[in-house]
Amino acid sequence: MEVGQKIRAGDVVCIVESMKVFTEIRAERAGTVVNILVADEDIVRKDQELIEVEMV
Amino acid sequence: MFGDKGSMLKKILIANRGEIALRIIRTCKEMGIGTMAVYSDADRHSLHVRYADEAVNIGPPQSRKSYLDITKIIETARTGGADAIHPGYGFLSENEKFARSCRENDIVFIGPSPETIALAGNKSEARKTLGRLGLPVIPGSADVISSPDEAVSIAETLGYPVIIKASGGGGGRGMRIVHNEEDLLLGLKVASGEARVAFGNPDLYIEKYLQNPRHIEIQILADHFDHYVHLGERECSIQKRHQKLIEESPSSFVDEGLRAEMCHTALQIARAINYTSAGTVEFLVDQQKRFYFMEVNSRIQVEHPVTEMVTGVDMIRQQIVAASGGKLEMTQDDIRQNGWSIECRINAEDPEDNFVPSPGVVRGLILPGGPGVRVDTHVYDSWEVSPFYDSLIAKVIVWGRNRETAVRRMQRALSEFRIDGMKVTTSFHEKVLRNADFIRGVFDTHFLDHFNKSTGDSK
Repeated sequence: MEVGQKIRAGDVVCIVESMKVFTEIRAERAGTVVNILVADEDIVRKDQELIEVEMV
Repeated sequence: MFGDKGSMLKKILIANRGEIALRIIRTCKEMGIGTMAVYSDADRHSLHVRYADEAVNIGPPQSRKSYLDITKIIETARTGGADAIHPGYGFLSENEKFARSCRENDIVFIGPSPETIALAGNKSEARKTLGRLGLPVIPGSADVISSPDEAVSIAETLGYPVIIKASGGGGGRGMRIVHNEEDLLLGLKVASGEARVAFGNPDLYIEKYLQNPRHIEIQILADHFDHYVHLGERECSIQKRHQKLIEESPSSFVDEGLRAEMCHTALQIARAINYTSAGTVEFLVDQQKRFYFMEVNSRIQVEHPVTEMVTGVDMIRQQIVAASGGKLEMTQDDIRQNGWSIECRINAEDPEDNFVPSPGVVRGLILPGGPGVRVDTHVYDSWEVSPFYDSLIAKVIVWGRNRETAVRRMQRALSEFRIDGMKVTTSFHEKVLRNADFIRGVFDTHFLDHFNKSTGDSK
């Protein structure tokens, strides 16, 4: 993912790994990525915001 | 102490964590062998660190930077003066490169040789080798598929449905069940793409798809004196997405004749690949009780305790004896299967929400006990089950003189199990243990598909 990238609803935007299980996180709606709040391999918590998207 | 030729290992580094690290340390202590634990930053307060004679930090929580770091682990063993490494299961246990690296550094790898690990790890190659020896592999293509036309003609000979599998693969990826020619041609394209992405190898092979098989495996032990024994079978058909959840020994599906045949075949396979140490030969058995080789697991397995309960053999001890260059401490005639054992794997997952992982801090832990109950676990109150490793928190194992007694004992043990701070799968196991088909011993690898539907209906 890159800032400025356009995504469609259903696109895989990142993968979260927990206990060896990989879960694909998909975009709920179409939009443009305006901010990426985490780096690759960062540890994240429940309900944490990962990517800011501006709706189209 | 251990046979004429061997000189017992003095200090073993345990390249693992969790319950299996404890399991190995316990046997080492009973044998008077020194133990060296390794741990990541996430496991600083782990019991395996406390129980071992020495413990060395090997890096950050991510497995890749700690428990999978071959260079660091070998270096730790050398510096600390360990003469052997026990890899447990998972992590580096079936890693040919790691076993080879141990050998090059004069460290005993407690497991089979790198050559045997490599052969067991390449599925289509193992299939080819054993097929050539006339051993029962699942009917299918002799080698990887070279063209769609070839695939179609093989599938017609086998009869549909067939399953497309990735040569470099495992874990269900690149696998496809197809019921006709049209699906087959489409399936080949998709599976090949998936296999290239997942394993860097697009090669595929085809097998006949067995309907409603049982997953039954044979435990073997071997030393360096061409001495092979089997410890009977384990029934592992209760699975979710190829993940075993309940195991037992013996299997209610296996009669004397079938057991003798399967154990004999497993030993032939072990000999064919020069197996040493503890290993498992996995088979699929169809409803007509024809059995087919699936794969060899070249390590100690999670479910090994059910075999220990019915045979009284400490398998970790036999691994250490064999690795020390000693002879196995028993012959086939010494081994008797006595009674029945069942294991439930309790995972930190939410059974009400599609088994999603549920890490957290352990509170209010009460473990089952009493006659015939064994619990292998590394958790204790205030221990944090971290998201970095697998979700297994405890193995509840029971023994009974027959299956009925064992089932009742497991129901009783599960009702005693208490843990707060996270969701665990105990309630799911309790449901299975009350299911009429499970109690009758009538089930196959699709048991949970029907089970989930039927419990869904009753809500």
